[in-house]
Amino acid sequence: MDAIILQILNGLDKGSAYALIALGLTLIFGTLGVVNFAHGALFMIGAFCAVTLSRLIGLSHKVEVEGETDFLGNPLTKDVPYIYDWFGEATGAAIVDWAVPLAILFAIPVMILVGVVMERGLIKHFYKRPHADQILVTFGLAIVLQEVIKYFYGANPIPTPAPSAFTGSFDFGVLIGFDANTIIYPYWRLVYFAFAAVIIGAVFAFLQFTTFGMVVRAGMADRETVGLLGINIDKRFTIMFGIAAAVAGLAGVMYVPINPPNYHMGMDFLVLSFVVVVVGGMGSLPGAVLAGFLLGILESFASMREVIDLIPGINQIIIYLVAIIILLTRPRGLMGRKGVMED
Amino acid sequence: MLGLDKKDAVLLVIVAVLTMFAPFILNPFPEGSAMAQFNAGYPDLMQRFVIFGIFAIGFNILFGLTGYLSFGHAAFLGVGSYAAVWMFKLLSMNVIPAIVLAVIMSGLFALLIGYISLRRSGIYFSILTLAFAQMMFALAYSVLTPITGGETGLQLALDDPRILGQSQTPEGNIPVPGLFGFEMRDSAELVIGSWVFTFNLGYYFCGVILLLAFYLAIRIFRSPFGMMLRAIKSNQQRLNYTGINPKPYTLAAFVISGMYAGLAGALMASMDPLAGAERMFWTASGEVVLMTILGGVGTLIGPVLGAGAIKYMENIISKINSDILHSWFAFLPDGLEDFVVTIVYPFIGKGWHLTLGIIFMLVVIFLPGGLVEGGQRISSWLRNRRARRDDRRSKTEPAE
Amino acid sequence: MGILEVKNVGKRFGGLQALSEVNLSVAENSVHAIIGPNGAGKSTLLNCLVGKLIPDTGSVMFDGQSVLGRSPFEINQMGISRVFQTPEIFGDLTVMENMMIPIFASRDGSFRMHAVESVVSESEVVDYAEQMLEDMNMADKRHMHAAAMSRGDKRRLEIGMCLSQKPRLLLLDEPTAGMARADTNNTIDLLKQIKEDRDITIAIIEHDMHVVFSLAERITVLAQGTPLVEDAPENIKGNPKVREAYLGESA
Repeated sequence: MDAIILQILNGLDKGSAYALIALGLTLIFGTLGVVNFAHGALFMIGAFCAVTLSRLIGLSHKVEVEGETDFLGNPLTKDVPYIYDWFGEATGAAIVDWAVPLAILFAIPVMILVGVVMERGLIKHFYKRPHADQILVTFGLAIVLQEVIKYFYGANPIPTPAPSAFTGSFDFGVLIGFDANTIIYPYWRLVYFAFAAVIIGAVFAFLQFTTFGMVVRAGMADRETVGLLGINIDKRFTIMFGIAAAVAGLAGVMYVPINPPNYHMGMDFLVLSFVVVVVGGMGSLPGAVLAGFLLGILESFASMREVIDLIPGINQIIIYLVAIIILLTRPRGLMGRKGVMED
Repeated sequence: MLGLDKKDAVLLVIVAVLTMFAPFILNPFPEGSAMAQFNAGYPDLMQRFVIFGIFAIGFNILFGLTGYLSFGHAAFLGVGSYAAVWMFKLLSMNVIPAIVLAVIMSGLFALLIGYISLRRSGIYFSILTLAFAQMMFALAYSVLTPITGGETGLQLALDDPRILGQSQTPEGNIPVPGLFGFEMRDSAELVIGSWVFTFNLGYYFCGVILLLAFYLAIRIFRSPFGMMLRAIKSNQQRLNYTGINPKPYTLAAFVISGMYAGLAGALMASMDPLAGAERMFWTASGEVVLMTILGGVGTLIGPVLGAGAIKYMENIISKINSDILHSWFAFLPDGLEDFVVTIVYPFIGKGWHLTLGIIFMLVVIFLPGGLVEGGQRISSWLRNRRARRDDRRSKTEPAE
Repeated sequence: MGILEVKNVGKRFGGLQALSEVNLSVAENSVHAIIGPNGAGKSTLLNCLVGKLIPDTGSVMFDGQSVLGRSPFEINQMGISRVFQTPEIFGDLTVMENMMIPIFASRDGSFRMHAVESVVSESEVVDYAEQMLEDMNMADKRHMHAAAMSRGDKRRLEIGMCLSQKPRLLLLDEPTAGMARADTNNTIDLLKQIKEDRDITIAIIEHDMHVVFSLAERITVLAQGTPLVEDAPENIKGNPKVREAYLGESA
């Protein structure tokens, strides 16, 4: 029992990332009808927003430490972040510590800008082209984006820690009546899950309760009719692209403490997210979220020793296997609508 | 000639000449000169040109003719490599049985995967092929280690049986792949002045196979079967209502292109007898997509050009470093020189992927027919210009 | 006993009863028109005949054999050819290739690999395709990409492709929809010519009464998914039920 709960928890953080990326992917597909292979790159750019901000905050200058010298007799210097000078040492240290969560504020405008530029500059010209062309051009864009990041940040993963308040683990087992240390779970993963839940909730609320969201949903259902009503749907779709980019970016920002980011993390997640979208049903938002968590949890169950002993290698292939079975038995995915990409 | 019309025969002859004289054509710069690093006429790279050319020709039979975009074709290349290495381990170092088994095995895998994946079309087909290839990669990397060698890859060993050959050479080494007594690594060098040309048996073996593969592709393109495949890409609905079942045609195309991939994999193993799971990773499948699009999808010569262009960039552009750049732009004033080098630097050396990505995007956006379309546009532009010039001349010099 | 016998066919989409109790008999070598207001179920009926849809109830017999449960390509092989509302041709292929594909299909069946013989060496197919293009008055366009032709030419090509298979039943789905008057008249003349030259049964779904009354020997009026009357054209014109069905639509 405890092992099962632990696996569900373990599946949540990966599932959250899948769900967030897949949500944006399916949103873009549903609104713009574009298959965006560069969406994983947006996740990666988000992660590097966190890296960038933590570097910016950490920018420091050298200060001589009074009364101390190094072994050569020169005055000893230490690095003092500028932020200490501006906010005082205590506040400054807190800001440095909280760089990753703070990067959310930094990433939102950056990601929306990246998304809008991408849509206006490139994707817009591919609405009328075949899906294969869209896949190819966004695949090219993904290569370009990851190479640009590689040029500036190098090829190695860059560890960027979570705030120290969240570095420990949380003994979940005690809370629900198990022995201590049976179900322990890192705090930050819990934060990540909660964060994902908030973002997903926000996106759904936005689409459900605002006029803007209503128009977009109407446009997803029937683009032409909405266009005939004299509503400028293109402009709204551009904004939706920005929002989808922001969602992917934020997923990346918060993922940084879980896995140090590198330039190809986007591609790694993209392939899986595509599988998630297809399993959930192309263009279905609830489907993407459901499939994201489902596959994340399935993956972590498949990594249990008992399961691997039973079916060797299952942890490596479970997601693909599920995708193949779903595609062959339920071509529209778990919650897909009729007539999406069936030509 | 050979059942081809004149245009196709000319194309085949051109490819044959290019392949046979590649050691000269790709080595235009004398040894030791500053430009020598742009020479691509060494056996290793030339082999890669033709092997990936074969891979891309096969991929194009599927994607170029039927429009089905497979994102998992590298899996068949991997199967071919493993099969060939196993033949080297068990039977003999002769490459012929290795190639035969590789083509059969990859064909069987393609039949199975194609039969399942082709039940869906469009993006769903792409995802299915991707999922199958990733599964094969993951399994080859982990559980199937006894068959695939896992992370280290499948290698030859001194105690392999090789029932028709020898386990080890009299000197106690692992024997090398060969063809009836000739070794694939045999090379002859020709020195003319300061030029050095290398003729490698392995390269010529691959080159001949490329020609056969290319010839077969032409025949397929021009056959009723090829016409049906193009009809599938154009309008499946009409085809269905014309009494033709598109499925067996697409499956046949899928299997043929899988066998081409297996052939390429076997040749890779024949040049260097080892096989690793990374050959099946999805980026390797992405690479053949890039090659085909870059060269010109649906054209005969395009995939070969695309494969050559990408492998050239991978091996030549990637070697340029900032010192070389500085030496090129040394004629510029110092400040300007540094500036130009700074601008150019991100695109060369390790950054060659960036250049590739940009070129690829530009091709998809502006030149959907790839390099072939580019060539056609340039030649028609030149022809128009000449025609205009002739026009003008005939006007200014009226006949008497 | 007609060449095409539709008995008690019904088809439901969710809450919508698209077809109910449809009975239809198309006599061999006749031109039979199926007319009706929008939403009467004409296209649904047609799709049930060619294997795109499977009716919930009833039977569809062609020449004594059931077509139900067969795929479109199998039904085509039985001798039914379909012309679509918007011309469905192979836009990326040349006109000549468009004409050769149906000829190959009727000669070789649904699948046969000729993977290495050149198309050009199939002289009987080439000659026949040339002949068909001559008949259709499009021999001069043989090297054109089919997509580059005018709509009227595409329609002509599509009909030619169907005829090259020597079908016993030709189904036409609003063949003149969206055409200018001149093109419409050309199509009428073409169909008349075809009827004169060949032993062929034509079933035509049409909106345009001018086309219907120029061609049809027998008319079935469909309204709300069920046949209202079936009669000769001269009797249909004055039939009060038909008037009501059409006027009811416009009112």
